[in-house]
Amino acid sequence: MSYELIGISVLWLFLYGYLIIASVDFGAGFFAYYAKVTKKDHLINQLISRYLSPVWEVTNVFFVFFFVGLVGFFPDMAYYFGQSLLIPGSIAIVLLAIRGSFYAFENYGSKDNHLYMFLYGATGLLIPASLSTALTISEGGYIEETANGVQLLYGELLTSPYSWSVIFLAIVSVLYISAMFLTYYANRAGDEPALQIVRKYALFWSSPTIIASLTTFIALSQQNTDHFQRAIDLWWVFGISVGFFMIAVFLVYQGKYYGWAFLAVMFQFFVAFFGYGASHLPYLLHPFVTITSGVTHETMAIALIIVFIAGFLLLVPSLILLMRLFLFDADYVKGKK
Amino acid sequence: MFGFETVELSRALTAMTLIFHAIFATLGVGVPVLVSTAEFIGIKKKDPHYTLLARRWTRGYTITVAIGVVTGTAIGLQLSLIWPSFMQLAGNVIALPLFMETFAFFFEAIFLGIYLYTWDRFKNPMYHWLLSIPVVIGGTLSAFFITTVNSFMNTPQGFEMEEGRFTAVDPLAAMFNPATPTKVFHVISSSYLTAAAVLAGIAAFIILMKKGSLYHKKALKLTVMMTFLFAILTAVAGDLSAKFLAEHQPEKLAAGEWHFETEEGADLVVFGSLNENNVVENAIRIPNALSFLAHGDFQAEVEGLNETPEDERPPLWIHYMFDLMVSIGFYTLGISLLFLLFWKMKKWNEFHPLLLWGIVATGPLSMLAIEFGWIFAEVGRQPWILRGFMTVAEGATTSPYVFSMFVLFALVYLVLAIGCLATLRKIFKGKPAELELEHRYPQTAAASKEGDE
Repeated sequence: MSYELIGISVLWLFLYGYLIIASVDFGAGFFAYYAKVTKKDHLINQLISRYLSPVWEVTNVFFVFFFVGLVGFFPDMAYYFGQSLLIPGSIAIVLLAIRGSFYAFENYGSKDNHLYMFLYGATGLLIPASLSTALTISEGGYIEETANGVQLLYGELLTSPYSWSVIFLAIVSVLYISAMFLTYYANRAGDEPALQIVRKYALFWSSPTIIASLTTFIALSQQNTDHFQRAIDLWWVFGISVGFFMIAVFLVYQGKYYGWAFLAVMFQFFVAFFGYGASHLPYLLHPFVTITSGVTHETMAIALIIVFIAGFLLLVPSLILLMRLFLFDADYVKGKK
Repeated sequence: MFGFETVELSRALTAMTLIFHAIFATLGVGVPVLVSTAEFIGIKKKDPHYTLLARRWTRGYTITVAIGVVTGTAIGLQLSLIWPSFMQLAGNVIALPLFMETFAFFFEAIFLGIYLYTWDRFKNPMYHWLLSIPVVIGGTLSAFFITTVNSFMNTPQGFEMEEGRFTAVDPLAAMFNPATPTKVFHVISSSYLTAAAVLAGIAAFIILMKKGSLYHKKALKLTVMMTFLFAILTAVAGDLSAKFLAEHQPEKLAAGEWHFETEEGADLVVFGSLNENNVVENAIRIPNALSFLAHGDFQAEVEGLNETPEDERPPLWIHYMFDLMVSIGFYTLGISLLFLLFWKMKKWNEFHPLLLWGIVATGPLSMLAIEFGWIFAEVGRQPWILRGFMTVAEGATTSPYVFSMFVLFALVYLVLAIGCLATLRKIFKGKPAELELEHRYPQTAAASKEGDE
C-alpha cells in the first residue's frame, strides 16, 4: 500500500469519525429545538443535554483534524480548496463558531434561552449543508482555473441537481444518525417516555435517508460519469450498506437490541462512506488533483502518518475514558450524577 | 473595494481573526496553570478557599475556551482560505506541527471536558487534580506547536528550493528552526503571565469594589505572586528573543528599534518620533543599551536597517509596538514586586487602593502587550509571509470576495464578544464567592468570617 493511500485512508477515517459524532450532535440540537417548539422538551431535552455536555468540544476537533491533515498531506488541496471555497468555507466557519460558542453560552450561562436553542438547532442543519459543498465541488465541473487563479462557479453550483441532492442527503443523514443514537441512549438510560419519542424520529427519518442516497447516485451519474461508473463497479459495497440499513431499521422497529441497531447504522455509513471514497479515487479534486499528483514529500508523508497513528493511540484511549465516565456510566446516563 | 488591494484586505481579515483569537488563546494556555496550582494548594493546605478559586476560574475559563476553540477553528481554515498559495508551498514543510497542534488541542479538550464534570466524582481529590495536568500540557503543547509554525515563517529551513517547489524536505528541521526556542519560550511565558495578571486584576478589582473577603485576598496574593514569577520569566524570554533577532532577523530588530546605521555601541531608542528624513526626534536614548540587548555586550556591533534592501524593510511604526510591549512588561514586573514587598513588610498595607488599582491595570495592559507583541512579530516580518521565499502578496488569495468576508467575520466576532461578556456576567453576577463558599464549605465560610472581623 503506497503511503498516499495510507494517508487518505487515515484522513477518511477521521472524517468518518466526524460524520458520526457530529451528526449525533447536530441532529440532537435540532431535535432539542423541535421538541421545545412542540412542547415535548420536558420529555427529551434532559437526555439530550446529558449526552451533549461532555462531548461538544471534541466534535469540532475531529473536523479540524481532517481538514488540517488533508491540506498537510496534500498541499495542492489547500490551494484549490482554499481559492474556491472562500465563501462556503467562511460561512461554515461562522456557523461552527456560532454553534460552538452559543452552546457554551446556553449551557453555562442562560439556561433555556429560546434564541440560543434556535441557533443551536438551525446551525445543526446548515453546517452539514455548507460543509457538503466541499465534497460536491470535488466531483469537478464547479471550478475553473484562469490566469487570475482558481475560481468557484457559483451559478453552476447553485443550479446543479447533484449539489442539492448532496445537501439533502447530508441533512437527512444527520437526523437519521442522531435519532438512531438517541434511541439507543434513551433505552440505555431507561427513559421510556423519551425513548418513545426519539424512536419515532428514527423511524421517520430512515426512508428519506435511503431515498436521498439513491437520488444522489442518480445525480452523480450526470455530474461525473467516471466516478459513477467506478461506484457501480463497487455495487456490492453499497449493497452491504443497504443491508446494514435494513438491519438497523428492523431492530428499532421491533423495539429491541437498540445498541446493535446503532452499530448497524455505524456500519451502514462506514461501508457506504468508504465505498464512496474508494470510487472517488484516484481524484481528490476532479480533474485538478489526484492522490499521486497532490501528495506531499515522502519524508513529510511518513512523518504525518506516524503522528496520525500516534494520534489514534492517544485519542482512542482518551475517548474511551470520556465515554466510560459519561456515556456508558449507568448512573450518569440515568441522571443520578 | 474602497481602493484596497485584495492582499491588504486579506491581511486585514487575518489580523482581525488573530487579534481576536489571541485574547482567548492566551487565556487558554495560561489559565489552566493557575487553576491547577490553586487546586493543588487547596488539597495540600486543606483550604477550600483555593479549591473554590479553581472551581470558579474553571467556570469562567470554559466560556473563553469555547471562543478560543471556534476562533482557532476559524484561523485554521482561514490559513487555507485566505493564503492558499502560501499553504500550498509551506504546507509541504510545516504541516507536521500544524497537525500536531490540533492533536494537542484535542487532548486538552477531552480532559477539560472530563475535568469540568468530575469535581465531586472522586473520593481522593488528588485524582481530580491529576486531570488538570493533561489540560495544562495540552494547552502548552498547542502553544508550542503553533509557535513553531510561526517561527518557521520567520526563519524557514528544512528544505531546498528548486523551480518554485520545495525539495529535500526535513519536517523536524523545519519545526526546530532558529526562531523556535526563543519564540516558544516568549509565547508560553507571556501567556502564563497574562493569565495570572488578568486574574490578579479581577481579584484586586473585587476587593476595591466590594471590600472583598479572605477568599479574594488569598486569590490576589496567589495571582500576584505568579504574575511576578512569570514576569521574570517573560523578561528573560524577551531578552533572549532580542538576541535571536539580532543574529537571525536583524531587519526586524533594526526596524523595531529605529536603528538605521550599523554601529558599535548602539543606543537604545525609546519612543520618540521620526522626521521626514527618518531622523529620530524626541526620543529617550539609552547609551549603548541596544548593543547590550542585542549581543549582551555594550560595545557590540548591531546591524542597522540600511543593510536591508529598501523593498524588504518592515514598516517603521512597529517601533511603538515594541516599546509599548516592553514598557507594559516592566510595569507588570514592578507593580507585582511592589505588592510582594508591601505584603512581606508587616507594617505596610498591601491592600492600599492605589496599589490595588495598579494591579487592576495589569490585567488589560498585559493583554494589550500580547497584542502589541504579536503585531510587532507579524508586521515586523513584512513584506514576507515566508521570509526570503514568499511575500504576502504572492501568498494571498485572488478571490474577489475578501471584503465581504471581512464584514461577515467582523460581525461574528462582535457577536461572540458580546455573548462572552454577557455570559460571564450571568455566571458570576449575584453569585458571589462568599455565598458559594457558605453553600459548599459551611465550616470554612464560618471560620473565614471570623477571620475577617
